[in-house]
Amino acid sequence: MKYLDEYRDPESAARISKEIRRITTKPHVIMEICGGQTHAIVKYGIDEFLPEQIELVHGPGCPVCVTPLEIIDKAIEIAAKRRIIFCSFGDMLRVSGSDKDLLSVKAEGGDVRIVYSPLDALGLAQKNPDCEVVFFAVGFETTAPANAMAVYQAKRQGVKNFSILVSHVLVPPAMEAILSSKNNRVKGFLAAGHVCTVMGYHEYGPIAEKYRVPVVVTGFEPLDILRGIEMCVKQLEEGRFEVENQYTRSVKEEGNITAQDIIKKVFKAIPRKWRGIGEIPQSGLGLSDEYKDFDAELKFGVAHYTKEESSVCISGLILQGVKKPHECPAFGKECRPEKPLGATMVSSEGACAAYYRYRKK
Amino acid sequence: MCLAIPGKVKEIYGEDLNKKGKVEFGGAIKEVSLAYVPEVRDDDYVIVHAGFAISIVDEDEARETLEYFKQIGEMEQ
Repeated sequence: MKYLDEYRDPESAARISKEIRRITTKPHVIMEICGGQTHAIVKYGIDEFLPEQIELVHGPGCPVCVTPLEIIDKAIEIAAKRRIIFCSFGDMLRVSGSDKDLLSVKAEGGDVRIVYSPLDALGLAQKNPDCEVVFFAVGFETTAPANAMAVYQAKRQGVKNFSILVSHVLVPPAMEAILSSKNNRVKGFLAAGHVCTVMGYHEYGPIAEKYRVPVVVTGFEPLDILRGIEMCVKQLEEGRFEVENQYTRSVKEEGNITAQDIIKKVFKAIPRKWRGIGEIPQSGLGLSDEYKDFDAELKFGVAHYTKEESSVCISGLILQGVKKPHECPAFGKECRPEKPLGATMVSSEGACAAYYRYRKK
Repeated sequence: MCLAIPGKVKEIYGEDLNKKGKVEFGGAIKEVSLAYVPEVRDDDYVIVHAGFAISIVDEDEARETLEYFKQIGEMEQ
């Protein structure tokens, strides 16, 4: 497919790899934020194209992974109610709450449906006026325009039987949480290309300057990722800490203004709990006061739930780049993709799940 | 989760926030919201996530990135 295949050319990969080896003179630890990039790195073995001095650590950019247990429990409680159609992207259905997942709710007779877009859920609400339709709005900034539009349209069209269970998280506050941790080893970042397609990259300038780390906005194909690493290493070797853009075919500095306008109308920044990390101030989105009638937590009385994580799991340290999956005693034993103990084993974009799939042996 | 893929716009209809289109992904055609790319035109490639085009692929930038991949390393040899 155009704009995909040409960014997977092995000969170009070998050339970028050679260039990275040429410019690297000392050790560097670089974190890719986005779970999509983690998956590509492990799948294509991109780290094997790098000199030994370059260590890639895998960031918290998998929204499925960092959705806290208590929100999954809320989803399960709502989905099990009568006359509810509970809609979600497919990757949330297998994620275990405290006792079970949404697929088991479906097996027990709950009306749980996979949708491709939140607008499909809004359409279901219009077609089924006797039911309440709830959409599980999980995601980073990339998904916020889609989720915001569904709520915006619902209000404009006076659809009262539609609401969303929001678990939206934001990238820049998570980067700051990692950089200000006493365990931090990260010296440079690959920023998430699709998050920046929506939000632009002006938010990263102050972070790069404050923590003296280069930030390279990077795409998702193997050559994009290698080139992002090359740009990051070049900055580290030259002692620069700037925000650069590798993914220029999709990302503009200002981002997508039309999308940002709708996000600002529908959502506001709020504190969010991240599975494996804990609460980070102003690190998520919740519905703004004008749209709070569409908040499923308020509508169905589940806002007060809390739940603690497993104590064996080291996913918090993995999400911050302090440890690697195989350093966890539970990895591949009591913790596996079908029965995950924590965040990073939950989705195929989580670091532990990617290692389990591609590097188990 | 933030997976977004490029597709080619085959048809555009609707106005403003209801702007939609048929977009082709390697042979498969899907209806996509074009509300966030108001300046889109037929035959543009758009990056699509969760049923919404979030950007129009900049062809000049795409070409430039590929050019770099072809010539990298030649300067030093």
